[in-house]
Amino acid sequence: MAFFLETLLGGLMAGMLYALVALGFVLIYKASGVFNFAQGAMVLFAALAMARFAEWSGEALGIGNPLVTSLLAFCGAAVVMFCVAWVIERFVLRHLVNQEGTTLLMATLGITYFLEGLGQSLFGSSIYKIDIGMPKDPVMILENVFEGGILLNKEDFYAALIAAALVALLSIFFQKTSTGRALRAVADDHQAAQSIGIPLNRIWVIVWCVAGVVALVAGMIWGSKLGVQFSLATVALRALPVVILGGLTSVPGAIVGGLIIGVGEKLSEVYLGHFIGGGIEIWFAYVLALGFLLVRPQGLFGEKIIDRV
Amino acid sequence: MFYRENGQFKTSYRADQQIFPIRQDRIAMALFMLFAIAVVPMLASDYLFRAILIPFLIFSLAAVGVNILVGYCGQISLGSGAFMAVGAYAAYNFFVRVDGLPLILALILGGVCAMLFGIVFGLPSLRVKGLYLAVATLAAQFFSDWLFLRVQWFTNNSSSGSVSVNGLQVFGYSLDSPLAKYWFCLLLLSVIALMAKNLVRGAVGREWMAIRDMDVAAAVIGIRPMYAKLSAFAVSSFIVGIAGALWAFLYLGAWEPAAFSVDQSFKLLFMVIIGGMGSIVGSFFGAAFIVVLPIALSQILPAITGLLGMEISTASISHVELMVFGGLIVWFLIVEPHGLAKLWAISKQKLRIWPFPH
Repeated sequence: MAFFLETLLGGLMAGMLYALVALGFVLIYKASGVFNFAQGAMVLFAALAMARFAEWSGEALGIGNPLVTSLLAFCGAAVVMFCVAWVIERFVLRHLVNQEGTTLLMATLGITYFLEGLGQSLFGSSIYKIDIGMPKDPVMILENVFEGGILLNKEDFYAALIAAALVALLSIFFQKTSTGRALRAVADDHQAAQSIGIPLNRIWVIVWCVAGVVALVAGMIWGSKLGVQFSLATVALRALPVVILGGLTSVPGAIVGGLIIGVGEKLSEVYLGHFIGGGIEIWFAYVLALGFLLVRPQGLFGEKIIDRV
Repeated sequence: MFYRENGQFKTSYRADQQIFPIRQDRIAMALFMLFAIAVVPMLASDYLFRAILIPFLIFSLAAVGVNILVGYCGQISLGSGAFMAVGAYAAYNFFVRVDGLPLILALILGGVCAMLFGIVFGLPSLRVKGLYLAVATLAAQFFSDWLFLRVQWFTNNSSSGSVSVNGLQVFGYSLDSPLAKYWFCLLLLSVIALMAKNLVRGAVGREWMAIRDMDVAAAVIGIRPMYAKLSAFAVSSFIVGIAGALWAFLYLGAWEPAAFSVDQSFKLLFMVIIGGMGSIVGSFFGAAFIVVLPIALSQILPAITGLLGMEISTASISHVELMVFGGLIVWFLIVEPHGLAKLWAISKQKLRIWPFPH
């Protein structure tokens, strides 16, 4: 039982991290109808920027405290992500208004390649590390309930906390501010939003900026867990089943989907892995998502797809 | 001036339904085939065969397959790499385990296995569509990555999943020289591309296009979505499977599962988009573009930086290559979303009225 709970907890925390990446997909899809394949590249780009800025600012200003340099680097990387968002809107999206979904998807694939190349030529392609001072040692909890207690990775726990805080912040931003209201209006209907005077282009820049910040936070957490390197870009592929499971248009869907996928992955690896060989995590998530899709084609919380002739 | 159809009257239905209704097109095509079969081998070096011509032929074949599914039937697939892998490993198993099996039969059996795999992973398309389907097809990709890495039976119990073939021959002729490989690929490509062209012109192709344009409307006028979608998946993955087997047998010789990773799927999709969705000839253009671009870049970039007096490391070349590749794709989508095939059609149209456009 304790072992099961431990796996479950690990899955939930991994799920939170997936949800963080998935959130970036959902934000952009909701507001502009673009399935942003470049989210993974943005995570990599942001993490690279942050890791190198922390290193450089530490050297230049002579600050030894990792927290201070991390904070500086975070702001710097955020500014970089804003620039990326602006450039993407100005040079790509603006010219592709009214194109089909597949064309936009391909364009983001192009952006993926571009960002991967740019990030590595600007910031280098070795493995860097991000140190935001998260404690790495695992702790035992619930020792009085179960014999031996449950092993909990503190780092994962804090990461999950940060992710949860970000989600809460985003929902406040979407529900309570006037910009958030404008974003939701654009998401509902581009034309109607435009006709009541909401500037589409500016909204898109804002959405891509928000997605950039989400990518930065995801890159920071994943980067401090795994180290900042090229494989960070493939995190997006791990997060894709989360998005289709939860529904492309739903923020809560991304969270719930992330948790389901995280738990499903861990439990399947532990309990099914013996029988059919290890390493099934990656495709199991996809098969799980497929199973859900067969029952609900629009994902768990997605808007119902209505076909009209 | 020479490209006119004036005076070419069609007097029978047969004449009306030809692939190339204009005489000049037929002559040009015959000349081109002659050029490809006889003249190219005289001009090309071994390097040209290995680095450009053979990959181009094989990728063209794969792109034709993907185009049937994505361009004609409108089912976005990111799992093409998996279909290639299944074709390659299935053909390998038949080739190694069955004594004296002819190469062509092994390739076709590989294609059939890829077809069955494609039908299974095409089943979700009956329920989900669009971007959801694109992600669903990634399941095929990751499943095959895992399958050929972890299940040792498929790779003849080699521990790293890497396998190799040698001593290939067709009807007693050895396929060792680049020239023989080139001819063999060219032959297969011509036959299959012709079959594909005839399929998409026929009743099945019309059903696929109806499904692509609007599946609900197609169902209303009596097209069975299940039959149309699954047949598109079957034909597409059969062709892609054969292309995968060719890629493994003739180009790589020895390969491991990583040769058919998700990058391969993206590449194939790029070929289709850049070449032109829903166009067989576009697949050839797209394949040529994607095969030649990285080679051209790796030649041009050091030359440019050399002119500027800078040294450029191989790592930075590969990064700049990525950037140029991504930038070009975006630029292409903005300038000509219908692909190179559209440019081809426009230039043919212009040529017809040249030099008196009014």
